[in-house]
Amino acid sequence: MLQYIVRRLLLTIPVLLGILVVTFLIARAIPGDPCRSALGERATDAACEAFNRRMGLDQPVPVQLAIYMRQILLEGDFGDSIRYSRPVSLLLIERLPVTLELGVSALLIAILVGIPAGILSAVRRNSKVDVAAMVGANIGVSMPVYWLGLMLAYVFSIYLKDTPLWLPPSGRLTAGVIATPFYRVWDLSIAPGTVGAQVADFLSNLVLFNSLITGQWNVFSDGIKHLILPTVALSTIPLAIIARITRSSMLDVLGAEYVRTARAKGLRERAVVLKHALRNALLPIITVVGLQTGTLFAGAVLTETIFSFSGVGRALFDAITGRDYPVIQAFTVVIAIGYVAINLIVDICYAFIDPRIKIE
Amino acid sequence: MTAKTKTKRSKAQTSGSHGKGKAPLLEVQNLKTYFYTDDGVLTAVDGVDFQVAEGEVFGLVGESGCGKSVTSLSIMRLVDPPGEIVDGRILLQGEDLLAKKLAEMTRVRGRQISMIFQQPKSSLNPVFTIAEQIIEVFKIHENISDEEAKASAIELLRRVGIPDPERKANAYPHELSGGQAQRVMIAMALALRPKLLIADEPTTALDATIQAQILDLMQDLRDATDTAVILITHDLGVIAELADRVAVMYAGKIVEESDTITLFDRPLHPYTQGLMGSIPVLGEAKERLEVIPGNVPSLINLKPGCRFASRCAARQEYGLEICERVEPDLIEMEAGHKVRCWLYQEYEGHTPPLRKGGGR
Repeated sequence: MLQYIVRRLLLTIPVLLGILVVTFLIARAIPGDPCRSALGERATDAACEAFNRRMGLDQPVPVQLAIYMRQILLEGDFGDSIRYSRPVSLLLIERLPVTLELGVSALLIAILVGIPAGILSAVRRNSKVDVAAMVGANIGVSMPVYWLGLMLAYVFSIYLKDTPLWLPPSGRLTAGVIATPFYRVWDLSIAPGTVGAQVADFLSNLVLFNSLITGQWNVFSDGIKHLILPTVALSTIPLAIIARITRSSMLDVLGAEYVRTARAKGLRERAVVLKHALRNALLPIITVVGLQTGTLFAGAVLTETIFSFSGVGRALFDAITGRDYPVIQAFTVVIAIGYVAINLIVDICYAFIDPRIKIE
Repeated sequence: MTAKTKTKRSKAQTSGSHGKGKAPLLEVQNLKTYFYTDDGVLTAVDGVDFQVAEGEVFGLVGESGCGKSVTSLSIMRLVDPPGEIVDGRILLQGEDLLAKKLAEMTRVRGRQISMIFQQPKSSLNPVFTIAEQIIEVFKIHENISDEEAKASAIELLRRVGIPDPERKANAYPHELSGGQAQRVMIAMALALRPKLLIADEPTTALDATIQAQILDLMQDLRDATDTAVILITHDLGVIAELADRVAVMYAGKIVEESDTITLFDRPLHPYTQGLMGSIPVLGEAKERLEVIPGNVPSLINLKPGCRFASRCAARQEYGLEICERVEPDLIEMEAGHKVRCWLYQEYEGHTPPLRKGGGR
């Protein structure tokens, strides 16, 4: 098992290198140039020439690529953002936790609602519950994230204003609510600039995690409130897809002969469904869950833009419009790593769920 | 398969009167199970009556689609929609199973009546070890510790002839051969010493040599436990080997019923005679095996009259016209030998050509 995981991880290295090269080239194929986006009206030819020389953008593209790859592979350095003139890694430490919290909560909602809804639909096939769930799922799949996001913001922030159901339309926390990092609360001395400090910063930027472990309840509840609408918007499509695949997979399995055997043993229907059928139905479901993480990242770009979250998606969107090459490249690779990791986890889950799948 | 027929025959003779006098273990009265399909109502089982005595092996024979499996699933109340039991009573020791609540029925399944199926490998759940699946039967019906259940499971595996049961107990179904899987199914079915075992084509999917072993095993276990068996098969060889009494089903109805010896010696119904004629006999040279022309009729929108009429050679031979108008009854020709055929039954103006004084 361990050997398998190591081998799979090694195999992802060429994939990630490929992604680096491809995003590098695609970024440079976008019309427009970083200088003009960064300097705007002040972008005279002379200023741009100086700007490009400073950023190394006057070199031929293959040379730029070589320099970039050497920087990453030998020094582990993603370079500096052209737009913000800060190291990309610092940007990641700020932005990634926001997206992680959003993505994980959206995925959890999609799984925790989607799978039970699919099971219920399959068990009560052709009933009102089934029809309602599947009509709901179809509507859910058909709703674009940006439209749903705007509608949710309208209903909960404007229409329900001054009611207890009001929810904030934008931002990760209300202005003025400030989360104290856990290492400051606990007076941990961490040398700045070290890897440890970076990890600590990363963790403390997970708003819910940080406020939960330090007991900053006002921050926690504010963080939850701000998270609800984006999470609902982002989780709707994966939820609907998971519900549909769960239903069809369960229907397949419920007709299987071993399910009849389980009933013939005298098991109650609940146990037949949840023990004997569900475990067999899980394979297609987790496959789809793995694939949906891709949709989730794509949706995060839109959701974060609508709800003014400064996460990875929003940063990537800004970087693309601003031709901020290093940010585009680094963030794309980070998303790719997330995608590869989740699908590796899915493959490992296969082996745990189905003994017929041998991993060696 | 006919290897053991001789010894078995003598046994059948002694147990021929087995059921008489005692109240029957199982009594099926006027069972009707219909399937409400889009094309119309399919009368899969249409008024079936039979009794099974304690410890008796009762054979149910017929072609594919004659309703024998649906009959057995009806007894377990495991008919899936669109199938539905529309009429009849199924009395297990006098208690009507069709009147029971579902929760009560789950206590009957696996404990009082258990079942084995045609496809042993797909009847076992692929994601659980065979020990887990046997232990489950104990766990459902008895208050028993994990260790005891495990020990009993291993003991059962030993009894059904699984080599090295301690090790095999932790195997998954895909690691077993078909014959071993059927042994496991038998172990599971007999775990709680049910009063009745329903074996639905238990050997059909197995190799000829394995078939003989499984039949021997069933015979031994039945002798040891005195469990009554409903043996469903299209294979008359299997019936000859195991069954005490036999009912022949055709298109959802029982057309002939008697003890096994009598049925093989003096089959009355033209359909039964056709079945007998289609068995290859060892040592007898035949140019061609006899076949019954045609197929089982569609059970949707049946024509009036005898369901076998369109394929019946005797009807043409004797020039009977009533067969296509009126359905004959199941009448008793001699003690314990019933037949449903106009060759033997009197009716307004119809004189049965083969009636020889017997019957009422």
